[in-house]
Amino acid sequence: MLMVYLRGLLLLLCLAGLSTPAFSVAVDTPLDDPRQEARARAIHKQLRCLVCQNQSIEDSNASLARDLRILVRERIAAGDSDDAAIGYIVERYGDWVLLRPPIKAGTLVLWAAPAVFLILAIILIAVWYRRRNGPASKPVASLSAEEQVRLKDLLDRGDQP
Amino acid sequence: MSEPIAEEIPRRAWLRLVPLVVALVIGAFLFVGLGLRPKEIPSALIGKAAPEFDLPALPGRPKGLKTADLKGEVSLVNVFASWCVSCRAEHPLFMKLQASGVVPVHGLNNKDKGEAAMSWLNRYGDPYDRVGADLKGRVSIDWGVYGVPETFLVSAEGRIVCKHIGPVMQRDLEILLKAIEALRQGGTAQC
Repeated sequence: MLMVYLRGLLLLLCLAGLSTPAFSVAVDTPLDDPRQEARARAIHKQLRCLVCQNQSIEDSNASLARDLRILVRERIAAGDSDDAAIGYIVERYGDWVLLRPPIKAGTLVLWAAPAVFLILAIILIAVWYRRRNGPASKPVASLSAEEQVRLKDLLDRGDQP
Repeated sequence: MSEPIAEEIPRRAWLRLVPLVVALVIGAFLFVGLGLRPKEIPSALIGKAAPEFDLPALPGRPKGLKTADLKGEVSLVNVFASWCVSCRAEHPLFMKLQASGVVPVHGLNNKDKGEAAMSWLNRYGDPYDRVGADLKGRVSIDWGVYGVPETFLVSAEGRIVCKHIGPVMQRDLEILLKAIEALRQGGTAQC
């Protein structure tokens, strides 16, 4: 009886081993070479999905994203360098597909903007800080004789109960 | 006593305008943004030769489509599919265009399986001269297609001149027809 039970358990375990986790999307076939696959995956993460726009093709379920993933794998398997594989896609879809825009004349403003704003902010804060502390550090004109008399008068009065 | 304070107010008066100026600048950016269409990605292929391809005809229909077919006269290449809803919207215009004979319209069928494309054309009408069956969608990728429908204007030299993303409506067709006219006169197309 125990043997039957154990045999059943063994069969169950074998079947569990055979099954693969179910995915809601069609699963890509990875490349055989794990290093090539890793390179392809790294490229997938850099390419923007054209349909969903704010996802990489790695994250997207769109059918075009899947086609592009397969295409990148093919280029890598064919011996393309990373740059060549990315260039292949850029040739067709333009710089727009790059999640990280390239530095060129047209994107200079984009790349320089954070640095420019940072420097601008530092200058503004410095100016503001100097102005705020400036007058205090300057020697204040001393009171005139008339003012001193009035001040003394006020202080004296304040002392009285 | 109060003189120094009274002096300070006019000196800093311009500071009161800062929020207004900032609001106006932001407003200007947002206003321009209203007119932008982020879903329309400019094509990287404008001005370039149409990609090299050779696609078979749809099953049961003569005339496939290849690069050489696009040379010799100005033509339109319409990427369509039976599963594409907005293709239905532009379809009557292409039927009219074909009837008028102004410009040949070629079809690039995107990933239709089996008889789907042919039954769609039989049901609604076939406005195309040649149709290439792009079963895997590879040629569409070479054309930089990312959404169906898309329509390309190809010059007589086989160069991609314009790309229209989304269904071609009457207004878009007028722009395309003007561009076609300009091309035929040897001018530059505005689109």
